[in-house]
Amino acid sequence: MIADMNVEVTPLPGIGTRQDFMIRAGRRIGVITYRDGKFELIVSSKDDPDDCSASIPLTPTEAGTLAGLLGAPQLVAHLRDQHSDITGISTKQFPIVPGSDFDGRTLGETELRTRTGASIVAVVRAGAVSPSPRPDFVFAGGDLVVVVGTADGLGQAADILGGG
Amino acid sequence: MHTTAIALIQLGAVFFGLGLLGRLAWRIGISPIPLYLLGGLAFGHGGLIPLTGIEEFTHIASEIGVILLLLLLGLEYSAAELMTGLKRSWMAGVVDIVLNATPGALAALVLGWGPVGALAMAGVTYISSSGIIAKVLGDLGRLGNRETPVVLSVLVFEDLAMAVYLPILTAVLAGVSFLGGLTAVGISLLAITVVLVIALKYGKYVSAVVDSPDAEVFLLKVLGSALLVAGLASQLQVSAAVGAFLLGIAISGSTAENATRMLEPLRDLFAAMFFVVFGLNTDPASIPPVLGLAVALAVVTTATKVATGWWAAKRQHIGKLGRARAGAALVARGEFSIVIASLTVASGAVDGRLAALATAYVLLMAVLGPVAARVVEPLAKLVRKRGTEPATA
Repeated sequence: MIADMNVEVTPLPGIGTRQDFMIRAGRRIGVITYRDGKFELIVSSKDDPDDCSASIPLTPTEAGTLAGLLGAPQLVAHLRDQHSDITGISTKQFPIVPGSDFDGRTLGETELRTRTGASIVAVVRAGAVSPSPRPDFVFAGGDLVVVVGTADGLGQAADILGGG
Repeated sequence: MHTTAIALIQLGAVFFGLGLLGRLAWRIGISPIPLYLLGGLAFGHGGLIPLTGIEEFTHIASEIGVILLLLLLGLEYSAAELMTGLKRSWMAGVVDIVLNATPGALAALVLGWGPVGALAMAGVTYISSSGIIAKVLGDLGRLGNRETPVVLSVLVFEDLAMAVYLPILTAVLAGVSFLGGLTAVGISLLAITVVLVIALKYGKYVSAVVDSPDAEVFLLKVLGSALLVAGLASQLQVSAAVGAFLLGIAISGSTAENATRMLEPLRDLFAAMFFVVFGLNTDPASIPPVLGLAVALAVVTTATKVATGWWAAKRQHIGKLGRARAGAALVARGEFSIVIASLTVASGAVDGRLAALATAYVLLMAVLGPVAARVVEPLAKLVRKRGTEPATA
């Protein structure tokens, strides 16, 4: 589903590795992974592709969150493809807002399926996907919940997950 | 006063003073090395206040400083990184040696310091300061730049070259015969090969010997093995520092990372001591006569390092701005030039003015290096603008 990009992996002796690729806009985007596990997001400058206009240090959680934000639409698109042969069924993603009702509660407690007929097929957290989460799965603020259901069901799911 | 009390007060004053100097250095954005050297010059022989009664401690502390500098350098690289670096950059490495060792060697020959002095000064002007350069590249956010791997692989080559150079220098300074010199070189080349093979194939066993989940045990084992290896290497005339460097390469993976984290503060402490002791043993009055020469060497070897970086980056298809950045990044000289000078001074085989020249040279280059790395971009852009715009504009 994701077209293979030509990611260049360059060792930085004594520091770590740089992984980057050229995007269509003519810039280099990538990540420096330090040997102690820190990340840095790098973006090359507009007028000098050799230079970097930004190198932004990210904690593992921040990197995961960013990956989730960028990766979730891909996942949803993939799931939508899987369900596209069933008419009337669609896929949507909802964020669990930190501090909201379901932050810290289990999937079972939402009673989403009983109340809306829609079901949660995956949860994206910090860039990692948990497919088919079980009823005892505990949500956390920042999770992206991928729900499959009818248009009605998804609307109700949005209300429940958004407020309660 | 009791002699121990005097020694403690002197040491305390030295460390505290170094702390203040270090703070000042980072605040104005330069490496603390030149300030440590100046601090050393201010005291000791011919300085303001001579220190007495702590020579024995400071001497051994500065030796440990050199060992830790090289051990941590070795820990920074894995054997695999060294091999790929070597394959990728040996051409640039050779250009680097030819361009940057020559000015130092010529200066020594002109001054009549003989072939031994030429060998030592060649090393002083050749070797860039990987410590200063890595810090500057990080501070300027250039680690993601395309020319940075070029800079780093030149540094890797230089560090490996040091592993061959230091034993040769040690042997020559000890005044051994040609055959003895060859033996030392043979032993060191053999040791390097063996260590690289061991590190590539059995690195985890070496790491397992020193590794321990307990921080205290780990620290004692790593430090102990470094001093043991350095002492044995020194006994074999292969230079203590190189022994420590090779041990560092052989330790790999997470053990190396933990060791680095643990030893860094120790290295900073003892290396600061090393620079101070070098400054202490240099008479400040000997600096002014060689200052002109040091400035001339600084100008020439800044140009030759920039040329080295430019050439190496061009080979990797880096644009002109990137080439200029790579060249300027390599300019800084520092810790290893002083290591070479101190070996030379300790042997007494070369004219005493070498220490003064090396000190003045490193004082200039350790300050000039980070400045060059910073100003190169605006400067290059200015030059380019002048070149493209009509003269009337």
